[in-house]
Amino acid sequence: MERNEIKKVLLLGSGALKIGEAGEFDYSGSQALKALKEEGIQTVLINPNIATVQTSEGVADEIYFLPVTPFFVEKVIAKERPQGILLAFGGQTALNCGVQLFEQGILEKYNVQVLGTPVQAIIDTEDREKFVERLDEIDVKTIKSQAVENIADARQAAKELGYPVIIRAAYALGGLGSGFCDNEEELNKIAEKAFSFSPQVLVEKSLKGWKEIEYEVVRDRFDNCITVCNMENFDPLGIHTGESIVIAPSQTLTNSEYHKLRALAIKIIRHIGIVGECNVQYAFDPESEDYRVIEVNARLSRSSALASKATGYPLAFVAAKLGLGYGLFDLKNSVTKTTSAFFEPALDYVVCKIPRWDLGKFHGVDRELGSSMKSVGEVMAIGRTFEESIQKGLRMIGQGLHGFVGNKELNIDDIEDALRKPTDKRVLVIEKAFRMGYTIDQIHDLTKIDKWFLQKLHNIYTTERALHKSRSINTLDNDLLRKAKIQGFTDFQIARSLGMEKEMDIEKAQMLIRTMRKTYGIVPVVKQIDTLAAEYPAHTNYLYLTYSGVNHDVKYVGDKKSIVVLGSGAYRIGSSVEFDWCGVQALKTVRENGYRSVMINYNPETVSTDYDMCDRLYFDELTFERVMDILELENPHGVIVSTGGQIPNNLAMRLDEQKVHILGTSAQSIDNAEDRDKFSAMLDRIGVDQPRWSALTSMEDVNAFIEEVGFPVLVRPSYVLSGAAMNVCSNQEELERFLKLAANVSKKHPVVISQFIEHAKEVEMDAVAQNGEIIAYAISEHIEYAGVHSGDATIQFPPQKLYVETVRRIKKISKQIAKALKISGPFNIQYLARENDIKVIECNLRASRSFPFVSKVLKINLIDLATKVMLGLPVEKPKKNLFDLDYVGIKASQFSFNRLQKSDPVLGVDMASTGEVGCLGDDVNCAILKSMLSVGQRIPEKSVLLSTGTAKQKASMLNAARLLVSKGYKLYATGGTSKYLTENEVENTMVYWPSEEGMQPQALDMLHNHEIDMVVNIPKNLTAGELTNGYKIRRAAIDLNIPLITNARLATAFINAFCSMTLDDIAIKSWREYGLTEE
Amino acid sequence: MRKVTLILDDGTQFHGESFGYDKPVAGEVVFNTAMMGYPESLTDPSYAGQLMALTYPLVGNYGVPAFSLEENGIPTFMESSRIWAEAIIVSDYSTEFSHWNAKESLADWLKREQVPGITGIDTRELTKVLREHGVMMGKIVFDDEPENIPYANYSGVNFVDKVSCKEIIRYNEGAEKKVVLVDCGVKANILRCLLKRGVEVIRVPWNYDFNELEFDGLFLANGPGDPDTCEDAVVNIRKFLANPVVRPCMGICMGNQLLSKAAGATIYKLKYGHRSHNQPVRMIGTNKCFITSQNHGYAVDDETLSADWEPLFVNMNDNSNEGIRHKVNPWFSAQFHPEAASGPVDTEFLFDDFVKLL
Repeated sequence: MERNEIKKVLLLGSGALKIGEAGEFDYSGSQALKALKEEGIQTVLINPNIATVQTSEGVADEIYFLPVTPFFVEKVIAKERPQGILLAFGGQTALNCGVQLFEQGILEKYNVQVLGTPVQAIIDTEDREKFVERLDEIDVKTIKSQAVENIADARQAAKELGYPVIIRAAYALGGLGSGFCDNEEELNKIAEKAFSFSPQVLVEKSLKGWKEIEYEVVRDRFDNCITVCNMENFDPLGIHTGESIVIAPSQTLTNSEYHKLRALAIKIIRHIGIVGECNVQYAFDPESEDYRVIEVNARLSRSSALASKATGYPLAFVAAKLGLGYGLFDLKNSVTKTTSAFFEPALDYVVCKIPRWDLGKFHGVDRELGSSMKSVGEVMAIGRTFEESIQKGLRMIGQGLHGFVGNKELNIDDIEDALRKPTDKRVLVIEKAFRMGYTIDQIHDLTKIDKWFLQKLHNIYTTERALHKSRSINTLDNDLLRKAKIQGFTDFQIARSLGMEKEMDIEKAQMLIRTMRKTYGIVPVVKQIDTLAAEYPAHTNYLYLTYSGVNHDVKYVGDKKSIVVLGSGAYRIGSSVEFDWCGVQALKTVRENGYRSVMINYNPETVSTDYDMCDRLYFDELTFERVMDILELENPHGVIVSTGGQIPNNLAMRLDEQKVHILGTSAQSIDNAEDRDKFSAMLDRIGVDQPRWSALTSMEDVNAFIEEVGFPVLVRPSYVLSGAAMNVCSNQEELERFLKLAANVSKKHPVVISQFIEHAKEVEMDAVAQNGEIIAYAISEHIEYAGVHSGDATIQFPPQKLYVETVRRIKKISKQIAKALKISGPFNIQYLARENDIKVIECNLRASRSFPFVSKVLKINLIDLATKVMLGLPVEKPKKNLFDLDYVGIKASQFSFNRLQKSDPVLGVDMASTGEVGCLGDDVNCAILKSMLSVGQRIPEKSVLLSTGTAKQKASMLNAARLLVSKGYKLYATGGTSKYLTENEVENTMVYWPSEEGMQPQALDMLHNHEIDMVVNIPKNLTAGELTNGYKIRRAAIDLNIPLITNARLATAFINAFCSMTLDDIAIKSWREYGLTEE
Repeated sequence: MRKVTLILDDGTQFHGESFGYDKPVAGEVVFNTAMMGYPESLTDPSYAGQLMALTYPLVGNYGVPAFSLEENGIPTFMESSRIWAEAIIVSDYSTEFSHWNAKESLADWLKREQVPGITGIDTRELTKVLREHGVMMGKIVFDDEPENIPYANYSGVNFVDKVSCKEIIRYNEGAEKKVVLVDCGVKANILRCLLKRGVEVIRVPWNYDFNELEFDGLFLANGPGDPDTCEDAVVNIRKFLANPVVRPCMGICMGNQLLSKAAGATIYKLKYGHRSHNQPVRMIGTNKCFITSQNHGYAVDDETLSADWEPLFVNMNDNSNEGIRHKVNPWFSAQFHPEAASGPVDTEFLFDDFVKLL
């Protein structure tokens, strides 16, 4: 292949963020696009994920917000006629789509060349049987699995291999539909689910307790190979690598083991014929050098993003160049810029990746970790001791941990059981076991975690005990203090270990420790990540802080020409790639205006932690302590806290107290908006309405308040025992049950009860203000009524069905609030609107989740504008506004219930979605259809099952039901719904609930037999009964991969959309082609 | 643990703690950026006279395997019969270890072999100092014995003579092909790599005139220090090259330098010595690139090679010479370590190439 033949390349993205496929592909896609751009190649991107950096202006030449499916990709190919296609940068979604395009002959038909790894090599790695065959050819050991196509064969295979076995669905992302089975009963259950995802299921012998080791390998077309990084899982085999704490480089392998596996990895990718990057995963015997290859991912992956960040080696960028035909020897090391890209990074630090779970958000979810992935995000911590690295990491995941020690006491009934069956809390369980006197050997026997890791954790525990013994700051030994800092203790942990909380406020105690250690000269140093462990000079701006060191690697000039932007931390439900986009845009604007941009963030899945994006990247914590460490060194002109979501927002007040210059809206104003009481008082003062609420400390007060406002109410306990953090209660019984189950109500832990307004529209105002005056704004409207969390709701922008009066009032109130809070920068206000009665629900003086969506639909970059405001630059009000648009944007949510075994896939006031897409259309139907298809919904072929909830909801869906019948769909309905439809002369077949045993036909049977193509199941109320009929139907739909909608208004919108147009009616228009109304 | 100070010749000091044998020591301070392989590196004779600083901070994790010998007298896991480095300098010594094949901790081993080990040193900063200044002499002094100051010389010392065998040793006697191996400080894995390929190895002291022996090929091994102190070996090699009966020859590291000297080239000291597992080399005139393990402070100035010779490999980072070959005869050498141990094994095929030539 000649490099110069390729003029235009299509890159497939990975779509909405979901469990198993998250921000890492924004990073890899962005890098690939950058590599192509550098070559002068025209780029076309298909990715419906509107919140990503890769779908921003200037990253790709043409961007299509369309589903990444063969149908749409073919249409784009036919229109754009690219010469090349990149399949390896959009996760499993892009890879699977690419294989289908190849198999359907579409690539050949349009003469599109697959750049990089050939499709045959992809197929060889994806099809388990072929994969084993290919590795057998070169005598490389694999986990022998038997591919089966029905349950009977699965049972037979398991019997032959002997239990325990593992079941995997072929061609599935991140271990979807896989699991361990100890016996036939478990096998039956798991295999059925696996078959719903894939016609081929693999049964294999389990190697539980072996080490899991990964290598990231790169090969060019001249057969030159390198391994960029190896990684070792802290957790033994059996826990999905996405669920595991991962350490880079490996810690417990000898030279001979390391290089044995490295040589094998190279042998494998040569044989398979990878061109670009791939990942080889091994199971490795802890008692010998025996190994098995688990799998090979012939694409960029979560691990490759991690490896890139862990080493500074830009794998995706290099892989894209190799795909164009370059040799590794042609390319330079991006960090040193002088040495060759053909090399293997040497690390002089240790990296810990820790997953972030949000299992607490889901009802009924299985918390045990296993072979299928449940985590929603991850963090990467860098340190020069293992203790430092893991303690940083545990803080970074943002679940209230202060490190390995110094946390709230964990209540565990059976510690041995908890050690044996790992959950998201397993690290804390180990700490608890140390406290209870368990030895390292005992814990190792129960957890199978390598003793080396346990010994290191024990070091932390020992230091905590030593601190505890010194009892007071006055008797604290200097060496011990230094040791604690080297082991990653924060000042907070030290203060707590010393018991200082008893005498004073912990924040004050923490400051005392800080002051004391500074007088001793115990301060962190800044080190570079330079890929060569200081062997060659490197002018890298990729930095971290450590206490294991004596000197900074960088110089500080103190010219006050830098601006620090605080990042958004771990992706989690409620804060994800959208804030990365905001951070990256802020960095860009800072740079363009003559300041040096500085980012602090620690999420390896992001673009903001790409060291190319800023002048200095501190890959480090966003704790108050670490941010202050950096600010004291950096001495910036100012700090931006409003583009990274809630984490930096929460730091505003404490930074302000330390006289840090916060750019834009003042910390005091942020506090006035965040503090419920202050905010309410302000709204009262300016005469703006909000739903009534009260913070209550006893059941009597709760009842008295509800007496006044009436049911339903929104209940938010301040201390949650288990389950969801908030809930809507429709009656006394629900209220009492929720409060009893979920929360303590006491003086110390008040519960906030708010009036819940039903059938109200929810409207969002995203805006930028300067000195209290709104400069630009976007008003958008939820399709669902209030009650569905704004992060889960489907949002239309510009609003399609709002009264002009409503819009006018919202604008007016927003102006008043902006003025009252003297906002300078981005902000978001959420409103309830019923008739023209407007109430404020929430106000955030920072960028919101919907900023990228509205910015891209409106084609006005609100963050750019906000950043200019914060920099004090003159800005002009944009000339256009949302009423000029002659197209519609729909933002739809992506759920990952299929990953979260047993969770109830129902939407409520707590957010559950893991990602989103945003699609454009000339009308609402087109935009809805694109966006719903982009989040995995399918247009049903012939049959729909309806259970449409309360009488009111039934009525609201009647027209949609009629429409379905008129389009020839066969309707099935459960009892009440069926009766209602029949009464209204809508033809339907009644089916029975699971509880109606013995009656036929059973809804569940029909689902299992794939006689139903879509399920609309509207829960009657918003409390999720875990074992109800509805739950069983919903869960079955998810487990059997049948599209499910649980909201009447969304279901109606979707049904209207697909009944009004077919797939072929969808216009294939790029973002650029959606223009303004002709004047 | 006793507190120690590492004092470099330029006065720079680093403070740490002793975890090995408690003894002040002096030597040439060198760094290695390899992330694993401390048992192999410590027993590599090329480290004789040197204080070895590891940039990878966590050391000792997997302990140390048992010191055992195979039937042929070659150690099972180590690279020679003892630790040759004068000391090991690390950032975070792991007092506990975990590995199925470990018999003792690194600390216990160092104590047994009476070799100092120090921890708590910012070895990244140390590397930066060495990188900018070039390698330096340094000493480890115990803070509670400030008067006990060790002294040592590195340059000009013939370390090869210290580490080479003193008598001829024969391995795999009676094999069809015989290879003379000039032991300048040979690593055990070179012997293993040759023996694995079925040849007899006649290991001779570095200054032994092997030309009188009966053999089919010549192998020039690695070794410590300055090649200019090994003139005797160069004389013997010249004799070999001048022999009308042309027999194959391969050299590694010091062997590359001695062969180059015999071919007329001069040697210079590198500003940044190559001590790592990640050195990229390219076979000249091809697109073939290899990741190699290296440990050397001197390099061949390939401009000075005589006309019959040409460079074979080049370092892709600094363009220094990584090997030479004769334009006609089957003589070649590599500056890197195809035998690895420790390090990547990508260039082991060079042994195949050599044995095929015999």
